[in-house]
Amino acid sequence: MAVVTAPVAAAADAAPTGRPLARYGPALGSATACAGFAALIPTIADYSSIRVAWPWISGLGVELSFLIDGLALIFALLITGIGALVLAYSASYFKGHHKLVRLLVLLVLFELSMLGLVLADNLILMFVFWELTTVTSFLLVGFDHEKADARNKALQALLVTAAGGLALLAGILLIGAVAGTLEASALPAAAAALKADPLYPAILVLVLLGAFTKSAQFPFHFWLPNAMAAPTPVSAYLHSATMVKAGVYLLARLTPALGGTGPWLWTLTIVGGVTAVLASIWALRQTDLKLTLAYTTVMALGTLTMFLGGASAIALAAAVTFLIVHAFYKAALFLAVGILDKKAGSREIDQLGGLARPMWRTWVVVALAALSMAGFPPFLGFIGKELKYEGALAVASEPLLVVTFAVAANAMMVAVAGLVAIKPFLGPRTATAAKAGEPPFAMWLGPAVLATGGLVFGIAPELVGAALVNPTASVMIGDRVAKDFKLWHGVNIPLMLSILTFVLGVVIYLALGRIRRGLAAGEAHGLWAAESGYDGVLAGTKALAAWQTRVIQTGRQTQYFLWTTTVLAALLWAGLAMGGFAVMPRGVEAISLIELTMLALAAFGAVATVVTRSRLLAILALGLLGSAVAAIFVFYGAIDVAMTQLLVETLIVVIVAVALLRLPRLTPAPGLEVRWGHLGVALATGVATALALTAVLGTELDRRITDFFEQASATEAFGRNIVNVILVDFRALDTLGEIAVVVVAALGAVALLTRRREHREASR
Amino acid sequence: MELALAVLVGVLTTCAVYLMLSGNMVRFIFALALLSNAVNLVIFAAGRLTYAAPPLIADGAKAPADTVANALPQALILTAIVIGFGLLAFTLVLVHRAHQTLGTVEADDMRVAEPASDDDEAR
Repeated sequence: MAVVTAPVAAAADAAPTGRPLARYGPALGSATACAGFAALIPTIADYSSIRVAWPWISGLGVELSFLIDGLALIFALLITGIGALVLAYSASYFKGHHKLVRLLVLLVLFELSMLGLVLADNLILMFVFWELTTVTSFLLVGFDHEKADARNKALQALLVTAAGGLALLAGILLIGAVAGTLEASALPAAAAALKADPLYPAILVLVLLGAFTKSAQFPFHFWLPNAMAAPTPVSAYLHSATMVKAGVYLLARLTPALGGTGPWLWTLTIVGGVTAVLASIWALRQTDLKLTLAYTTVMALGTLTMFLGGASAIALAAAVTFLIVHAFYKAALFLAVGILDKKAGSREIDQLGGLARPMWRTWVVVALAALSMAGFPPFLGFIGKELKYEGALAVASEPLLVVTFAVAANAMMVAVAGLVAIKPFLGPRTATAAKAGEPPFAMWLGPAVLATGGLVFGIAPELVGAALVNPTASVMIGDRVAKDFKLWHGVNIPLMLSILTFVLGVVIYLALGRIRRGLAAGEAHGLWAAESGYDGVLAGTKALAAWQTRVIQTGRQTQYFLWTTTVLAALLWAGLAMGGFAVMPRGVEAISLIELTMLALAAFGAVATVVTRSRLLAILALGLLGSAVAAIFVFYGAIDVAMTQLLVETLIVVIVAVALLRLPRLTPAPGLEVRWGHLGVALATGVATALALTAVLGTELDRRITDFFEQASATEAFGRNIVNVILVDFRALDTLGEIAVVVVAALGAVALLTRRREHREASR
Repeated sequence: MELALAVLVGVLTTCAVYLMLSGNMVRFIFALALLSNAVNLVIFAAGRLTYAAPPLIADGAKAPADTVANALPQALILTAIVIGFGLLAFTLVLVHRAHQTLGTVEADDMRVAEPASDDDEAR
C-alpha cells in the first residue's frame, strides 16, 4: 500500500513554489509506484494473484478488498507508468501557469482513483472509484473553466458517464443479489448461476451501459472527442491511456462471470465493430490532429470491445496486447501533438509542414509511434495486429464479420498514422516551421520513452507476452493460456491480411483529400448526428423543469396553499384508508346541555367568522369561539389552560381590533358567493382531521409519562399543581424556549412597526 | 363528548382552510386563530377527557388519590396557546406592514419575490 500512497505524498509536497523538485515530485512518486508494481511481475507471470482485504461495511457485504492479478497489474503498470511521464510532461507544459498545482493535484487524484478502480476486488468499492474517475475527469476536462465551451463539454462527459455509472451500480447490485457475493474474484465460481438466472439479460444491459458510456462506444461516443477541450496532457492520459479504458477493464473483469453467452458475444462484437469502423471514418474527416487522435481512440476502444466479445483465448490475448500497444503509441502521439501545439503554434494539419528539420527529435518520436500504430514490423503494433487477425479468425460469433471490421479499421489507422507522421514534418514548409523549435527535455521524455517502448517490446515481445498478456488472458478465460509471442510467424493468413491492410491504408492515404470532401458533404446533410440525441434529452429535461415550475410555482399564495392542503388531505385520507377508518369503540357518552351549548357556540363562532362581511363581527365571533373552548377546558379539569385561553383570547380580540383599524375592510367582499372548489378541499381536510381524531381515540392510551408526572410532582418537585410542575420544573427548558419564541416574535413585530417611517422617507 | 369534540375540530379545520384559501390576509389571520383552537382541541381530546377532576394533589398526599385529568396534554396546550398567540401577533404586524408597503392585503397581488411573468398577466 505504501506503493500506492507514494504519489499522494509527493503531490502534497508540490507546494506552489514552482521549485523543480516540487513540480516533478508527483512524477517521481508515480514512477516509484510503477517500479513497485513492476516488482510484482514475476509473481503474476507465475499465474498467481495477490489479494488483501479489510472489513468495511460488513453488513452490506462491502469490503475494502484489493486484488492484483494479471489484468489488474497491466492496468496498474500503464496507469502509474504513463502517469509518471504525463505528470513530468505537464509540469513542463504548464511551467509558470498559475493553475499548475491544481492540475497536478487533480491528475494525481485521478491517477489514484483509476488505480483503485483496477485494483478493487469488491464491486461496490470498484464502483466508488469508478465514480471518482468520473468526477476528477469532469474537473480535468473543465480545467479551463473560464471558457463556457470547456464547461459545457465537461458537463457532457460527466452526464453521459455518470448516467452509465448509475446503470452500472444497478447492475452490480443485481449481480450481488444473484451471485451472493460482490467480490469479483469469487464471481467466476457463480458464473453458471448468473448466466442461467432470469435476471441475466437485465444485468447484461445495465453493466454494458456502464461500460459503453465510459469507453465511448457508439452511440455514446460523442462525449470523448468533445472532451478534447481538456489540456493536451490530460487528454493523453485520461482519454487515451486510462479512463476510457475503464469500460474495457470492466468488460474484461466480468468476462469470466458474464461472458461467453450469445447476447454477450453479439452485443460486444457488433457495438465494438460499428464503433471501430465509424470512428476511423470520422478520424479521417478531422483536420485538428488532436481530434483525429481522439477518434482513433474511439476506434481503438471499439476494437477492444469487439475482441473482448470474442470469447476465445487468442481473441482475448489479442485484446490485451492491443491494449498495451495502443496505450504506448497513442499517449506518445497525444503528447507529441501537444508539443506541436506549443512549439509550432498549431494543431491544424493544413497549417503544419516542413517541421522535420527544426523539430527532428520530435519527428523521430512521432515516426516511431506512428509506425507502431500502423502496425509495421518490428514494432509491437505489428504483433498486436497479427494477433488481432489470428484472434478474429478464432472468434466464436462470426469470424468473417470481425475480420472485415478489423481490416477496415486497421487500414484507416495506417492512413491516419501517415497523416500524423508525414504531412506535418515532410509536407511543404509553412509559416509555422519558421518559428518552430524543440521542446524541453521533460516534454520530450514522455513520448520518447513510450515510442521507444513500442519498438523494444516489438523486438522482444516475450517481455510483455509471457509476463503479462498470458496471465491476463488466463484470468479472463478461466484456463491457463500460454501463447507464444514471436515477431515472425511465417507466411500465413494473418500476414496476408496485414499486407492487404497496408495496401488499403496507402490507397486511403493517397485519396484522403477526396475522402475528406465527401465526408464533409455527408456531415452537412446531418448524417451521423448522434450527439443530437444527447442535446434532445438535455433540452427536454430543461423544458420539463420549466413547465412544471410554471404549473406548480405560479407565485400565487392561494395556489401554493391549495396544493399544500390538497396533498395534506390526500395523505390523511390515504392514512385513514390504510387504517380501515377505525372508529372510537366506546359508545357515545351522554352530553349535558351546557356542554352541547358550548360546542354549538364554538361551531357558530367559527362559521360566523367565515360568512361575515364585517370585520367587527368576525372578531366578536372569534372571541365567542375562544371563550366557548375555554369553557370546555374548564369542564374537563383544565383550569390553568382555560385561564390562559381566556387571557389570550381577550388579548387577541383587543389587538386584532386595534390593528384592523389600520387595515382595509374585507373588500372585495365575497358575499354569499361560494368558492365551491375551495369548500371541497376545506371539507376534505376538515372531515379527514375529525376522522383521524376518532381513529386516535379508538386506540389504547399510553399513560406512562402522565403516571410519572403524577407520582413525581409532589415527591420530587414539591408541587401540587401537576400542570404547573411540568411547565416550570420537569420541562422548564421547554418553557424557556417558549418564552424565547414570544420574545423573538415581539422583537420582530417592533422592528416591523418602527421601520415604517424610515421606509416612507426612503420611498420618497 | 369525545366524538362531539372531533366533530367540532372538523368544523373548525374546515372553516380555517376555507378562510386561508380566500387569499385575503385579514381572513388568513382569522383562520390562524381558528386553526390553533382546532389543534389545541385535538391535543386535548387525544389525551382523553376526565370530567371535572383537575390534576391536583391534595395536601399531605404524595399522588392524586382518584383518577384525575391527564396533565400532559394540558401542559402541551398551555405552551401551544402562548406560542400561537406570538405567531398570531407577529403575522398581524406582518400583514399590517405588507399593507403599508404594497398597498394590498390580497396575497395574490403580492408579487415582489416571484414577479408575474407575461403569460401570467394574460391569464
